[in-house]
Amino acid sequence: MSRSLQAKIADVFNEPGCDKNAAKGEKERKKGCSKPLTPGAAAGGCAFDGAKIALQPITDVVHLVHGPLACEGNGWDNRHAASSGPMVYRTGFTTDLAEMDIIMGSGEKRLYRAIREAVARHDPPAVFVYATCVPALIGDDIEAVCRHASEKLGVPCIPVNAPGFVGSKNLGNKLAGEALLDHVIGTMEPEFTTPTDINILGEYNLSGELWQVRPLFERLGIRLHACVTGDARYREVASAHRARVNMMVCSTALINIARKMEERYGIPYFEGSFYGIEDTSTALRTTAALLVRRGAPAELIDRTEALIGAEEARAWARIAPYRRSLEGKRVLLYTGGVKSWSIVSALMEIGMEIVSTSTRKSTREDKERIKEIMKTDAHMVDSIPPREMYAKLRNGEADIMLSGGRTQFTALKAKTPWLDINQERHVAYAGYDGMVNLVAELARALDNPVWREVRRPAPWDVPASAAGGSSLAAPVAAAAARA
Amino acid sequence: MAEIVHGRKACATNPLKSSAPLGAALAYLGMEGSVPLLHGSQGCTSFALTLAVRHFKEAIPLQTTAMDEVATILGGAGNLEEAILNLHKRMKPRFIGIASTALVETRGEDYVGELGTILRKNASLRGTSIVYASTPDYAGALEDGWSRAVAAIIDALVEPGGAIGPLSRQVNILPGVHQTTADIEEIVAIVEAFGLSPMVLPDISGSLDGTVPSQYQPTTWGGARPEQVARMGQALHTIAIGEHMRHPAGRLRERTGVPVTLFPTLLGLEAGDRLVSLLMELSGRTAPARLRRQRSQLEDAMLDGHFFFGGRRVAIGSDPDLLYGLAAFFHVMGAEVVAAVASTGNSALLERIPTQRVVIGDLQDLEDAAAAAGAELLVTNSHGRQAAERLHLPHLRVGFPIFDRIGSTHRCTAGYRGTRDLIFEVANIAQAGLHAHGPGDFADVLPGEKEASHACAPVAAG
Repeated sequence: MSRSLQAKIADVFNEPGCDKNAAKGEKERKKGCSKPLTPGAAAGGCAFDGAKIALQPITDVVHLVHGPLACEGNGWDNRHAASSGPMVYRTGFTTDLAEMDIIMGSGEKRLYRAIREAVARHDPPAVFVYATCVPALIGDDIEAVCRHASEKLGVPCIPVNAPGFVGSKNLGNKLAGEALLDHVIGTMEPEFTTPTDINILGEYNLSGELWQVRPLFERLGIRLHACVTGDARYREVASAHRARVNMMVCSTALINIARKMEERYGIPYFEGSFYGIEDTSTALRTTAALLVRRGAPAELIDRTEALIGAEEARAWARIAPYRRSLEGKRVLLYTGGVKSWSIVSALMEIGMEIVSTSTRKSTREDKERIKEIMKTDAHMVDSIPPREMYAKLRNGEADIMLSGGRTQFTALKAKTPWLDINQERHVAYAGYDGMVNLVAELARALDNPVWREVRRPAPWDVPASAAGGSSLAAPVAAAAARA
Repeated sequence: MAEIVHGRKACATNPLKSSAPLGAALAYLGMEGSVPLLHGSQGCTSFALTLAVRHFKEAIPLQTTAMDEVATILGGAGNLEEAILNLHKRMKPRFIGIASTALVETRGEDYVGELGTILRKNASLRGTSIVYASTPDYAGALEDGWSRAVAAIIDALVEPGGAIGPLSRQVNILPGVHQTTADIEEIVAIVEAFGLSPMVLPDISGSLDGTVPSQYQPTTWGGARPEQVARMGQALHTIAIGEHMRHPAGRLRERTGVPVTLFPTLLGLEAGDRLVSLLMELSGRTAPARLRRQRSQLEDAMLDGHFFFGGRRVAIGSDPDLLYGLAAFFHVMGAEVVAAVASTGNSALLERIPTQRVVIGDLQDLEDAAAAAGAELLVTNSHGRQAAERLHLPHLRVGFPIFDRIGSTHRCTAGYRGTRDLIFEVANIAQAGLHAHGPGDFADVLPGEKEASHACAPVAAG
């Protein structure tokens, strides 16, 4: 690996803004935050995956993957980051390195030609070039190729140096952030600015969630200048340094951007979430307070409170009808980071019982919040091995599981209702509106009669006395009795 | 005779192919109690896994040797050993199928030697069948990986010699990567209808057919068993499907002397007839009444369906063998294959595809060619959905991956019944697009009034 990449990784690991990191000793911090992977027992994506996830939502640029087929061929068009306009970001671009390119060392030439072709056909405002393991191994210098291509073609080419083997998805997120800091943010000026311009960092507009919160800000006269990177245009990200406040959404992903933007441009940041009613209100409130502190008119705070009051009341009124379906139902929440506490508080508010919530990716602060909300830390678990999770669900220890796609089939094979709350979901759960959606989806999943139907015993598993009866209704009655 | 055109682009745009290691993993998943292991970085496995889960809608056991930077520089033997031992301890697989990736191949690892050392060193692994195939991502695609993995299984597990010839009732079936669960079930049913006993390798119909096991299952649940594979030499005959199975079928024949018949495809009346003829010959029996009835149903479907095929302009993009089968099917039904794109050039069948030109390329090539030729139907995997949207064309999803439709593994396109059902599917797509005629449709009745235009004007890519 190149020395510059090594330095970059050391720098990212040394992030002072990360409270997990701040709690570590000097020595421990130097080791970095990637847990060593266990061969044969590893899960999750690589650094390249993480970098791509963080940047791909920029909708109007070409995202070109330099590597052999699998890195892009097996992974393109796989998330639901939505766009309000340009679609070029959904196109899969790769140099698809062949054996000869590797043997002859012609990878750099091929990369340059690929950039040229993509620019000629799509005329994008920028090209993001992603390194992968094989070019990194054979020593392709993507930074040099990008410099050369930017000059020759007159289009900014951004090297994203996060080959898969350097570490985890999370490290890749941060290296993507570094690429934005080094090559994008601050390179263009906005057409105009307002005293209420903000950026949102770490929001990817999955299933259009950004559009559930943008109107709230607009109602308050707050301009969402750049979302990094959901539904973003290159120009917005490049001129993000002129915003007044940064809100950081996904706590661990892009902390380096938030902190370094504060350092370089004096933009204060706060961490918030749009998952949950209370959290949405807090986010709006904090944004308003920070903007006022930076010179926006003080009446913004009153208007914000008025909006919060009205929207909270409206949300609870829309949620109330679902209480009948959800009250007393037991939830197994298996997700990471901020989502765990913000969703916990909302679910408890409508009378659901939290069987356990995972805190795999949560920070110390996240855990404190959960403890506070749940009055105990008894229900916090780190991770549950799939075999155990299956047994729990099979034994009926929870009525529904909320998790990501990876554990979907553990729940379904245990014939337990399941709701997708990670990136593959098709339903938007952000803001007040999103919480109403989530509750509606929960009720839809739990109330579905299909669960009773699929748990019916097969004819050959029914005791002879029950099955042999003359009444055709017998098995139905047996199933109903079980349910 | 089709002209084969190799693209000259440096920038593959909207890849058509899935990687060779993924193809190998899918083959390994057709073994019972199996865990495929990709020898590479964790991302190699993660992307393949996600794609396979999206296609099959199943939990897929797929592991990684998790090569990090240090292992890549110093060598991956330690990671390979640790991975195998961890899998053995945690999941107790009966079978571990290893596929290499571009990362370890670029480094030039000698994992064949390393694997031998690992197996000698660890006596605890003796009850587990461990197989290795070289499948770098930079060479070939899904069909190549699948084919190499099947050859590796044969090399490692089939006992040499042992052909017992005409006394046997066993028939080996070597399905290609594009045979679905339903295809395999259909082939098995046809073979059994002649009193023969099929042995399928790999058998995803037993493992990726979407069932609800009554207990937690970390490895595959069902599939071909290593001891059955060992006895493949006792078969009367081997039936291989797809040109990419020529290589593994040849290995099996060399090893055991069991004669092979290779079917380029099992789609279409003629292919169905060839299969039935072979089975009649092998079994010494005539075709049972049920198959005769099915053939007659297919004839009827062809008669009812051909109205919706005749002259219809079709664009197809897929792996080579699937492309050949589909193109031949559309051609026989009267459609015109106006654009054909293959993911790789690795099949001798490509030049026999009934079309003018076969491009070795990606989905952008397919989109461009479909637009230029005024195609009326796009036939490719789910990744073609963006192109179909831009071109305003109906999209028949075929091959791998199909992630935006469910049940694709239960779609049968093999034999008389499978062909019949595909005719219905295509004809119904065509019927769904029919519109009530208006005067505008007849604007060019008088010649010279206006340039005669095709009924379905090409729509530019946008």
